[in-house]
Formats: sequence, C-alpha cells, structure tokens
Amino acid sequence: MTAASSEAYDQFAATAAEYGVELTRVPADEATEAIADLTEDPAVGTPLPWDGVGLPEGVSTDPTPAALDGAVTGVTGATLAVADYGSVFLPGTPAGAEPVSLFVDRHVFVLRERDVVPDMPAAFDRLGDRFREERASGILATGPSATADMGALVQGAHGPKAVYGVVVP
Amino acid sequence: MSLDSREAKAARIRHLLETEGDAIAENTRGFNQGRYDSVADLADYEELRDEARAIKEDAIERLPELVAELTETVEANGGTVYVAEDAADANRYIADVCEGGGADRAVKSKSMTSEEIEVNEHLEARGVDVVETDLGEWVLQVADETPSHIVAPAIHRSRESIADLFNERFDPEDPLETAEELTMFAREQLLDRIKGADVGMTGANFLAADSGTMMLVTSEGNARKTVTVPDTHVAVAGVEKVVPGVEDFQPFVELIGRSGTGQDITSYISLLTPPVQSPTVDFDDPDTPITDGEVERDFHLVLIDNGRMAMREDDELRETLYCIRCSACSNTCANFQSVGGHAFGGETYSGGIATGWEAGIEGLDTAAEFNDLCTGCSRCVEACPVNIDIPWINTVVRDRVNRGGDDGNLDFLVDGLSPDAEGEEGSVGEGRGGDGTPDLQKRLFGNFETLAKVGSATAPLSNWAANAGPSKRLLERVAGVDSRRDLPAFQRRTLVDWFRQRDASGPTDPDRRVVLYPDLYTNYTLVERGKAAVRTLEALGVGVEVPAMPGSGRPPLSQGMIATARGKAESLCEALDPYLDANYDVVVVEPSDLAMFREDYAKLLPGDDHERLAANSYELLEYVYGLLEHGADVDALSTAGDGESVAYHSHCQQRTMRLEEHTLAVLTECGYDVTTSDAECCGMAGSFGYKEQYYELAMDVGENLGDQLRETGADHVLASGTSCTEQIGDLLGDEPLHPVELIAPEH
Repeated sequence: MTAASSEAYDQFAATAAEYGVELTRVPADEATEAIADLTEDPAVGTPLPWDGVGLPEGVSTDPTPAALDGAVTGVTGATLAVADYGSVFLPGTPAGAEPVSLFVDRHVFVLRERDVVPDMPAAFDRLGDRFREERASGILATGPSATADMGALVQGAHGPKAVYGVVVP
Repeated sequence: MSLDSREAKAARIRHLLETEGDAIAENTRGFNQGRYDSVADLADYEELRDEARAIKEDAIERLPELVAELTETVEANGGTVYVAEDAADANRYIADVCEGGGADRAVKSKSMTSEEIEVNEHLEARGVDVVETDLGEWVLQVADETPSHIVAPAIHRSRESIADLFNERFDPEDPLETAEELTMFAREQLLDRIKGADVGMTGANFLAADSGTMMLVTSEGNARKTVTVPDTHVAVAGVEKVVPGVEDFQPFVELIGRSGTGQDITSYISLLTPPVQSPTVDFDDPDTPITDGEVERDFHLVLIDNGRMAMREDDELRETLYCIRCSACSNTCANFQSVGGHAFGGETYSGGIATGWEAGIEGLDTAAEFNDLCTGCSRCVEACPVNIDIPWINTVVRDRVNRGGDDGNLDFLVDGLSPDAEGEEGSVGEGRGGDGTPDLQKRLFGNFETLAKVGSATAPLSNWAANAGPSKRLLERVAGVDSRRDLPAFQRRTLVDWFRQRDASGPTDPDRRVVLYPDLYTNYTLVERGKAAVRTLEALGVGVEVPAMPGSGRPPLSQGMIATARGKAESLCEALDPYLDANYDVVVVEPSDLAMFREDYAKLLPGDDHERLAANSYELLEYVYGLLEHGADVDALSTAGDGESVAYHSHCQQRTMRLEEHTLAVLTECGYDVTTSDAECCGMAGSFGYKEQYYELAMDVGENLGDQLRETGADHVLASGTSCTEQIGDLLGDEPLHPVELIAPEH
C-alpha cells in the first residue's frame, strides 16, 4: 500500500462518515465475515468481481422480484471511490447490482482500497473509457437516499436508508 | 400597465406572500446559505466555473454537430433518438412509443423539460396513467398544482400542508404527521405504482455525445427505479443538454448540487449509457430470477428544440442555453425568496433565468408577465455556476417587451413627463426601434435624470408638491408610483454647485487627482454624502474635481430602455474622456453607477472605451481603502469613540463587484465595531419598491433586512446605495448615513 492511497483512504473514510456511511477495513480473507456482520436478513447480493472476496452464506444472488421486494440488505461491489466527496461508483451489471443496491433498506458495498481516487477529475479519468468502450452505466452514490420534500430531511426516500462499506486492500 | 392590472398584480403578490411566502423564504434562504458554505469549501471553485462555462459555450457553438454525433452514438448503443421540433411533436412521439408498447402506465422522475411540453396531460388524454415519482412532484400531482421552484418543486408547501393534503386524499388509518411518516407513506404508494409501470420517463441533466451517456442528478432514488424496473426508458431533454465528452460532466458534478441546494453532491449521480445493461424487474412475474434470459430494453432519447435553436441564433438569449437548471439564481434572489416561482415564473421555469427560457420557448408575452420581478440587483451573477449575465437577459427582454407594448394612449402625459422617452433621442444609434414605447411607469422612472433636474431647480416647492396628497394620488393613479412612499427630496443646491461655490480649496500639488462622479442621487438628493466624500478625499491628500456630468444611464437601463441608456453612456464617456486622458481616477459614490461603468457598459460602449473607464473607476470606500493601504494617515479621518458600533448594509451590486470588504476594512480601521447584514437586497432596488404593484413585495423583502439591522442595536446604521438608504429609512423610520459621512473629517 502506498502512502498516497492511504491518505486517499483516510479522506474517503472521513468524508463518507459525514454522510453517515461507516467503513470496515479488513484483509481480503476477513471480508466475508465483515459483510455478514453488517447484514440483516433477508439479504440479496451480486457476485463480487474480485478473486478471494466472497459473499456470506445467506446472501442470495440472482434474486427474484419477490426476493428484492422482501430483502432488508443488499450487497454489491463498488469499483471506484472518490475521496474528497465520500462517493462510490456502483456499476450497473447484468447480475442486477442496480436493483440489489436500490430496493433494500441497508446497502453494503464492497470496495478495494486501491480503487479510491483523490478527486472527481481522477474519477472521470478512470471512468471515461469505460463509458465509451464498455457502454458502462452506474451510480455515483454518496450516502443513503434522501429527501427534504416533506418538510425535513428524511433518509430512505426511495432507496436505502443506511449504507455501509467493507474495504479490502 | 394599467391601474387595474397593477392592482390585480399587487393582489396576486399579496396572496402569495400570505399563503406561500413563509415556506418559500425559509427554504430558499436555507439553500442560499448552503450554497455559500458549500462553494467556500471548494478550493478551485472559480476554475470549475470557468471550465463549466467554456464547455457550455463550446457545446452550444457546435450544437448541430454534437446532436448528430450523439444520435449516431445512441443508435450504435441500441437506442433511438428523436429530435422533436416542438412540444406537440415530442408528445406525439412519446405517446406513439407508449401505444406501440401497449403501455398502461408511465412512471416519471422529475424533469422540467417534460413539464415544459406538458407530456403528462398529453399521455393521459391518450389513455396512459402517468405517475410522478419524485416526492415533491407527486405532492403537486396529488394537489393539482404547478412547481414553485425548478429543483424543489413543492417548496411552497409546509410539512403541515402536505400532511393535510395526504390525510384528506388518502385517508390513512393513522393520520400522517411527521416528515418521516409522510416520506414512508409516499415511498410505499409510489413503489406500488412503479411495480406496475410499463414505461419509465426521465429527463437528462447532461448528455455526452461521445459515449451516449446521460447524467441525472437526484437524491431520492426514484429516477433509479424509474429506469431500472420497466423495460422501456424514454428520456426527454432539451437539445442544449448535449456536451462533447463524458469527462465534461466532471465540473458539473462538482458544481450543480452546491449551486442549487447547497449540497456538495447529491445522493445519486446516475451515469447511464442506455439501454442500460441491468435486468428489468418484472413484478408481474415475482418468482422468476431477474437474471433469467437476456436483458431486453428499449431506449428512446427525445431531444427537444421548441425554440432553442432559434435562441442559439439570438445573440442576447443564447447564454440562456448555458443554464444547467441548478436554481442558484432563484435562491439568491431577494424577490424570489419572498414570492417564489408562482409569481416569479412563467409557464414552466422560474427565477431570474426563467425570463430567457420563457422568452425563447413561450414568447415575450409570457416573459413579460414576471420579468419586472428581476430588479437587476445582480446577486445571481456570482451565484450562477456558468456565470450567465442573468440581469442583462432580463434587461434585453424588458427592452423587447417595451418595444412591443401598447400604452400609447397615454402619450399625451408622457410627453410632459419624460421628454427623452426611449427611441426619441436623435443621437441614439438604435433610433426609434419598433412601434412600441415603454409604458408610462417605466418612462417616468427611466427618466429620473430629467425629474431630478426639474425637481432640484424648483426645490423645495417640487418636494412639497410631489409629496402632497393630491400629487401622490395622481402619480399613483397615472404612473403607478406607490403613495405609501415618500419621493426623494431634491436639494436646491446640488453637489456640483456647492463644490463650485465653496471657499475651501484642496491640497496643493497633490499626487493623485480624481473626478468625484456626481451621480444623479449624490448630486440632487443625497448631497451630504457627496460633500463628505470631497472632505475625506482631500483630507487624505487627493485633489478633487466635481464637474457637471451626464447621468450614467442606470435608471433607463433598469426599465429596459437600452437605447436611451446607451445614449447616456456615450455622453458620459465623452465627458469623462479629457479627465482620463489627464490621468484622473474616477471615484463613484453610488454603487449601481460604478456597476454600470465596470459591468453594464461592456454591453453599451465600444470595448476600448469601456475597458479604460472600468479600469480607472473606483467605489469611494474602495478608493479610501487604497489610499490608506498606500500610506495615507487614518487619523486624518473621523475615527470611532470607545466601542462605537455600526450596522452596515452593503449594496447588492457592490457585493457582486466584491467591494463590500473594502468598506468593512476602512470602518474597522477607523475603529468601528461593524456587523453586516446577509440580506441579498434591500428590496427597493432602484425604482422597484416605488411601483404600486410591487410595494408590498419590496417591504416584505425589506423586513428581512430591517429585522437584521434592528437586532444589532448598533450606534450607527450605514448603507452605501441610494435605494437602500431610502428603503432602510422607510423600514427603521430613520435614514441611514453613507459610510463616508461617518468617517469624513469635520468641516
């Protein structure tokens, strides 16, 4: 791990915390357990895109609409984080990462520390070609879903009420 | 505008002040303060604004080419692009898409462009159930109301009024009360509707030509559900939303939330390259995994012209197309903070920039309905993330409205009151443009210079006469000058006369020489501040001249009388030329006139003339600050006693020019303990607060300032602008001094 990436991580953790997003930083082989600790059943998920990081038992993939509707927790991968905004990029995938991270009350994202970039220009440098070449789609998500339309700030307007992150090296 | 329509307008504004004003004020002022706080955290804010501006300038310049490129990209991605000429064309296409897919229900995320084309009404007429899923928009749909704000559409409604609405309409088992209960109720109701949706409609904040990616700025998550659940996605966007590359989104991602609601970033920035690769979620088939089978989605991008390509060809309206719909110009606007978009808005758009949108999309008549609510205070210019000169767009549209107006039946009165009515000055290049002339009220205020000259020559008789009951009633009836206002008192002895006749002489052989510009107010009404300025400058070793000078053209410009204003600017520039040739600096007391020299003259004068005048003109306290910084002795001025305190309201345009700080620094150096107001504008704003139809609004805006000034309990209340002085005088019962009157040495 380089000093620069650690600095970016610390900033990311601090900014994400301002939005109520708690991070758990663990070695890859402890990620599954860390995810399990953050999961309230019933839970749905999408396969994590990295070797050596698996979903806990009880987090079902390939969800049905009924399972999505009934799930409390959703677990998906985040492929990028922006340190100074506390944001993560949640790619939409054919495995259903978008609905899995959206229809639940608790969203748990899993992120690699090496994917934390310092700022928005660096984020777009990383994403640009993925949009052009892979026709990528995704959400730059910062904290939980929120609205102030009903006269005061409320979390969980249409999306998750709480967001947690598990960060592996 | 006739007496009847002025009274109707006043009544409408009064109603909105009473019913919606409190909620609007609380919310917009919160957003506005949030903007100040959020952009202050951004080290490269100004660079991002420049970058954002450059991207939009380039994109609008190359728009046809970019639309072609985007079309090609989206189609290569598997989507369809339809460029609709107007609202009817767009609606027909969208209805055909719905019908072709056998759609019974469309769910929508928030989109002002879809409001513009009124697609909901159109689809409903064709048998499609349309549901708004943004909570604010849904409240409006349930209540059958229109948005009062472009970002927070139900901003005019309090929590209590939403609770009453839901409880009455849905009759829930337990009455809803808290924001949390209301939100969860709406979430459940809307989830049900989203589950049964066949089509999802969104807008698009930006579209990248190179990748076909669209950016959506949201916080609730409803746009995500709208796109994900149904298999058909229709995105509706104005053609101006296209930018060249997906990397161009970056400065806007950083600016849009900060500028609008004061959030560093909103919860969700959707970056979608449709048709998206996420599986659809078919709730009619609840037990089949969503990942079974291929993802099959239809995507239709409907790009809407509806007047935009003509705006692009219009040198004055083109800048409107740079607007990113962030709402900063609404939130920072003192008038908007009081009445909201139901008064300060047209068919669809609201706030300062709405004049450009409505003029381009709906036409001048629609823009004319609310354009007067822009007072040209300029606070929105520094708030705008793409630096649009919103007051200028308002001025141009006002000018066009004036030229199309039809108050010609009052010409016999106008001839007597305002001899240099717009279009009648021989020296003015634009001549008699068009058939119309400004209405009488505008011509009266626009010709303040004539009034001031006549008023001063006949003072005090003119003051007694103007403020006597019968005259006031006549002025109100004929010209709409509110009789609750006292008109400015003209001084018989002008500043220029005083200066010429005085015995004292200034410093001998000074290093610096200035022309103290005798603006109309300092010369004819607030003469004491002019005398104090002369004493102050001379005490600091400056040679001062106060020659007779023409008006700056600010009053006619405020009324949208551009040709008259240009004539004034040319005359003044000519009069100042010999002084500038001789290396004089120009010192200006009235901030709105300095704003003319520095900003507005760029639009009225040849570039060289404007640049020379702008570079050599200074606000009075800015100049004093510079003198003190360069070694002048503060003890030559009148300094504070122990603990002497000041409450100071800087002028709106002075703040936009970033010149408030200089006055604060000088007052502080003179030993005063200074508190400033954070009110964006005093509410008077030149002639605005004198107008019968806007008097109550102006006083409502002013109360915000009045409360702040009263709370300080300061020994002195100071204001830099003339209209602020008059307004604060009306609010507090005592006219404030200009800062220079406090620091000027005794006679």
